[in-house]
Amino acid sequence: MKQLFAFIRKEFYHVFRDRRTLLILFGLPIVQIVLFGFALSSEVKNIGITVMDNAHDINAQQIVNKINTSTYFKMKAPARNYNDVERMFKAGTVKCALIFPAKFGSDLYHNGTADVQIIADASDPNTATIVANYLTNIISSYQQQINITTGGSYQIIPEVRQLYNEEQNGSLNFIPGVIALIFMIVSTALTSVSVVREKELGTMEILLVSPFKPIMVLVAKAFPYLVLSLINFIIILLLSVFLLDVQIKGSLILLFAESILFIITCLSLGLLISNLTNSQQTAMLMSMMGMMLPTMLLTGFMFPLENMPLIFRIISHIIPSRYYYDIVKAVMLKGLGFSYVWKETLILVGMASVLLTLALKNFKIRLS
Amino acid sequence: MKVLRFLLQKEFRQIFRDKTILAMMFAMPTIQLIIMPLAANFEVKNINVAYVDHDHSTYSEKLINKIGSSGYFKVVGAPTSFNDGIKFIEDGKADLVVEIPSGFERNLVREGKQHINVSVDAINGTKSSIGGGYLATVIADFNSNLDVNIKSPNGTGTRLMGTIKVKSSNWYNPRAEYKYYMVPGILVLLLTLIGGFITALNIVREKEIGTIEQINVTPIKKWEFILGKLIPFWIVGMIVFTVGLIVMYVVYGIFPQGSLLLLYSFAAIYLIALLGLGLLISTFADTQLQAMFVAFFFMMIFMLMSGFFTSTDSMPGWARQISNFTPVTHFISVVRLIVLKGSGFAEVKMELLYLVIFAILLNTLAILNYRKTN
Repeated sequence: MKQLFAFIRKEFYHVFRDRRTLLILFGLPIVQIVLFGFALSSEVKNIGITVMDNAHDINAQQIVNKINTSTYFKMKAPARNYNDVERMFKAGTVKCALIFPAKFGSDLYHNGTADVQIIADASDPNTATIVANYLTNIISSYQQQINITTGGSYQIIPEVRQLYNEEQNGSLNFIPGVIALIFMIVSTALTSVSVVREKELGTMEILLVSPFKPIMVLVAKAFPYLVLSLINFIIILLLSVFLLDVQIKGSLILLFAESILFIITCLSLGLLISNLTNSQQTAMLMSMMGMMLPTMLLTGFMFPLENMPLIFRIISHIIPSRYYYDIVKAVMLKGLGFSYVWKETLILVGMASVLLTLALKNFKIRLS
Repeated sequence: MKVLRFLLQKEFRQIFRDKTILAMMFAMPTIQLIIMPLAANFEVKNINVAYVDHDHSTYSEKLINKIGSSGYFKVVGAPTSFNDGIKFIEDGKADLVVEIPSGFERNLVREGKQHINVSVDAINGTKSSIGGGYLATVIADFNSNLDVNIKSPNGTGTRLMGTIKVKSSNWYNPRAEYKYYMVPGILVLLLTLIGGFITALNIVREKEIGTIEQINVTPIKKWEFILGKLIPFWIVGMIVFTVGLIVMYVVYGIFPQGSLLLLYSFAAIYLIALLGLGLLISTFADTQLQAMFVAFFFMMIFMLMSGFFTSTDSMPGWARQISNFTPVTHFISVVRLIVLKGSGFAEVKMELLYLVIFAILLNTLAILNYRKTN
């Protein structure tokens, strides 16, 4: 026991000595949370719009006024013709254009119908869809408004409730993803590099000839990174609660237990990588490119999984962070209990034990 | 000049000697450019909806049919109570639940107004806002049909003042396919990752191995040393960019609408700026691990702030400032403008100015920060 403590202390010295890496380690989650929380939002706001008003009548003007008061749009200089519109699209200043034909108002009064054209810059398809929706809604609410003044109108008013996220806080979806990413960096990448480094420097030899059990060398290696991961986890939770006003709806104990389970999975993965290679660069590449990229792509936190080709969805089932992401989302954001996540937990336990057994079995006591 | 030529010779030899790194520099972006657009798809389709119909009337059925047949939604179930509906969301089977209260039809006909409840799983922001938007459009359309249907049979009802028909068209990407937006962006990201990481690790490696001492004792000037590091990777970067453009054309059928010359001039200047950043990190770091992590830190911020994932328009003011100070932002925006819309020099000259300033600034810093003595 005393030996183990001595070894763990040695590992902590290694970690604390490299100040810059340590700074980045703690800086990364803080910066990510701040950016995701305050800077990035999937909401579409302040969209540049231009109006080409060939009608110059009161109805067109009223619609333009309605658009002006909306926070979604930012009115840019009017366009006189299609060339103007195209020029503005090409310079990237506007994302959509609204075109009123000549005699818009008089058509509306006399024929009972009038056309209006929306041109959206679909080089960004999602924004184009959202913008066209916003504009259509503004126009149809205007239409209802003028119809009410002339007579009654039937209307169904949808009352929309945003479940789990009343304030439409865009950061919610990202927090579990950031946590999973940080665990991957700390537990997988750093652990594998730190073991391989000892091999590269030749100090591994010394550790292995000591009377200490070789397996314990690995345990001692992994321990500081478990602690660092947990500290990072606490930082992220504190920032989410106090900075982003995110409520942790479920049980904290469950959240911690699941996180420790996932960290152990990541650590086993890191140890496994360190068994496979002898160079720091290869270890970095394997853990960064081989592990981080799938974590970012295939857990569903940046890109919706259901859009992906079948093969990717199949691959996503063997990625541990996918299950952890689902668990955190359910427990932390939706406040669901263990009965909802037992399946994911069981899968993670299975992955952790398989990876850990593989890592320990492949651990070579003889170098070269 | 002669010194520089020898330095270049040395760097190229080093690059060509390490076959794994060389293969990685070219194979990785190619493979990723082929794979990533398939996965990185923000397109929202199949919004799953469950409905709770307490009214069971003609109109409630009509509304549900309208929602189901609109093409945006997939009806996944008709639970009998709201709580059962919420279960659908909790299990992740439905993205939104529409609840039609009892007395829906009666109130609608009598009072002309009726509320329905829509509950959206708002954890996924894009999906919920697009889903909510679609639903509002479908209901607005249903409303205007209602006016006609209920009123015209009598013939005596007050004449409607008018309906406005909205025609919308999508320019530059008529079928609104996501690949057109993503592929150029991914190309820029890959170029950034390759260029940034490889140069960040380069000088540090010489420090770690100790060969930098041998260079420091020679009369090689600082700028010659940095330039000797810059030029080979610049050439590698341009080749990676070209390979990327070819993949983009062959696999995705996207050919730049605008001038290739303009695109390449931007790429050339962007690479100088990016490599300058990598070298700057490299002169700061002591170990490869440090360089890797510092580079990763900056790359992460750059990627998030670049407008690749989320539009820079919706950022608050201070964030837009940060975004402006990020070279990646300008290059992504320019590549998208030139490739998708065919913008010319006049439309993108401001971005060029930004990139030139970054290139000069970062490389000057790298040269100044490279110390021959400790």
